[in-house]
Amino acid sequence: MGPGPGISCSIRLNTSLTPEQKKLYQDPEVVQHVLNTARNVVIYGLSSDPQKASYFVASYLQTAGYTIIPVNPKGGTILGQKVYTSLREVEAPVDVVDVFRPRHEVPHILDDAIAIGARVFWQQLRINDLESAERARQAGLISIVDLCMKMEHGRYSGGLHEAGMNTEIISAKRTHRWL
Amino acid sequence: MAKEGRIFGFETRMIHAGQVPDPQEGSRAVPIHQTTSYVFFNAEHAAQLFDLKQYGHIYSRISNPTVAVLEERVASLEGATGALATSSGMAAQLTALLTLLENGDEIVSSNHLYGGTTTQFTYTLKRMGNTVHFVEPDDWDGWERHIGPKTRALYVETIGNPQGSIPDLERLAQLAGAHKIPLIVDNTLATPYLCRPIEHGATLITHSATKFLGGHGNSLGGILLDSGKFDFGRFPTIAEPSPQYHDLRFFDTFGHYGFLMKARAVTLRDVGAALSPMNAFLILQGIETLAVRMDRHVQNAQALAEYLSAHPLVEYVNYAGLKNNRYYERAQKYLPKGPGAVFSFGIRPPAGKTAREAGKEFIEALQIFSHLANIGDVRSLVIHPATTTHAQLSDEELKAAGVGPELIRLSVGLESTEDLIWDLDQAFHAVSG
Repeated sequence: MGPGPGISCSIRLNTSLTPEQKKLYQDPEVVQHVLNTARNVVIYGLSSDPQKASYFVASYLQTAGYTIIPVNPKGGTILGQKVYTSLREVEAPVDVVDVFRPRHEVPHILDDAIAIGARVFWQQLRINDLESAERARQAGLISIVDLCMKMEHGRYSGGLHEAGMNTEIISAKRTHRWL
Repeated sequence: MAKEGRIFGFETRMIHAGQVPDPQEGSRAVPIHQTTSYVFFNAEHAAQLFDLKQYGHIYSRISNPTVAVLEERVASLEGATGALATSSGMAAQLTALLTLLENGDEIVSSNHLYGGTTTQFTYTLKRMGNTVHFVEPDDWDGWERHIGPKTRALYVETIGNPQGSIPDLERLAQLAGAHKIPLIVDNTLATPYLCRPIEHGATLITHSATKFLGGHGNSLGGILLDSGKFDFGRFPTIAEPSPQYHDLRFFDTFGHYGFLMKARAVTLRDVGAALSPMNAFLILQGIETLAVRMDRHVQNAQALAEYLSAHPLVEYVNYAGLKNNRYYERAQKYLPKGPGAVFSFGIRPPAGKTAREAGKEFIEALQIFSHLANIGDVRSLVIHPATTTHAQLSDEELKAAGVGPELIRLSVGLESTEDLIWDLDQAFHAVSG
């Protein structure tokens, strides 16, 4: 599941956000808190195509121990999970709504996320509707923008490092890392 | 006390980046994972790894835990989004090009290059169906003239070898950006301590880690880095479906990691030019003292360049740290801590001797400089191309190659400055006496 106790770090690479926006929507401590405490993750816009980014993220998160809840108007079953055609139909409590849809769809997805009482509204990498991000925050949700949930999990659990990537984590502390 | 937001300095990162003490053993030095392969948890785990759906090691030709520390460390020092280590610098640049180019594609490159690179570009790439156009690094019309619809990258060295030229990285980056192609910079001679080309707009960086990064002349290695800032969304080999992985689109799926994921999972996997874990460990040992060594390398190089430029048996010195050098101002901008420690000078033969003879005698008289074909060692190194690497060429051919018969190349090491000057001095006496 989550990557374990927090690592303090400054993440500066690969974002379209300004430093002020990063403090609001990409705080490493908040991201680690979400990864550590979330269990049920809606993958909004999960594709049944195994080569799509949403499928990569969903299958990764499922293996990492999260329960993934697909939402896609096409319905059916993906990765062994029932696909809901609308976020409002999801019966289980939702920790994270991870959005894989174009920016113009984000506001109405947020309406649904607020309506079902989701705890975290997460706009995937390269999705950055800042108005919705701010509205999610005002509504009391944790709001994350322009980050990939798989990459962030990989950053703190060691996987991203194994792939040769710059995690920007600098620490001489020996910490537990769970997968 | 607020913990978040601390941006650690270069020296801290050259020691710590890429290694968080491992939770199981707590080893403080970087462990050497001398293993070919890694045990799967189960069949499904294996399948997911091979599909790139999970992070993790499979086989050391593709990735290795010790090598990964080197990759992340250099990525941190260069300000890159990630890195891929290879068995040599030549392998690093070939990996970059094999990942970017399809048959028929072209690149435009500075012609102030390491000789091995010129050969790789001219012959090996040509045999694979790729054309490299060479231009003088400051010939802006030349760069523009050779960029066409098949051009996939521009290529340059931070410090051109052996002319000691300093290209205008920012202008080259603008040119590449205007044509929506990446600028590749070989940063071997500068190291990220003296220059970080990504900060000036470069996309891909290559290194021969054999040189100053390792710094001790004991291990070959190379590294390829990506800034993560270039939009590969329309770049054919990265954006289009890859048949090796069920038509996976690397940019769509991995975003800013797309180029490096393809370079690793397709190019390195197929080419096999992987770095050994032992070499990664030795190069990491070198990197832990990089800043300290580079300051001293540059200090010694400056002292020797000044000594040589005042010597009657010296015709010219190609070092951008000298105020009368044509690249001095540009070096102040791009390499404010010093333009490296590799440079060449021309020996002026005394009456009755040719330049070729004088060069040979000079080299053979040296006591502390090692006569060999490498650069970037703690030891001072010297080579006279006209009687070694380029011995088969006539004087005219040498001049055309930019390496006259009088040219001697030094890689200045960390010995006592006075001893190095003493050595050059006594060798000049041997030539003139």
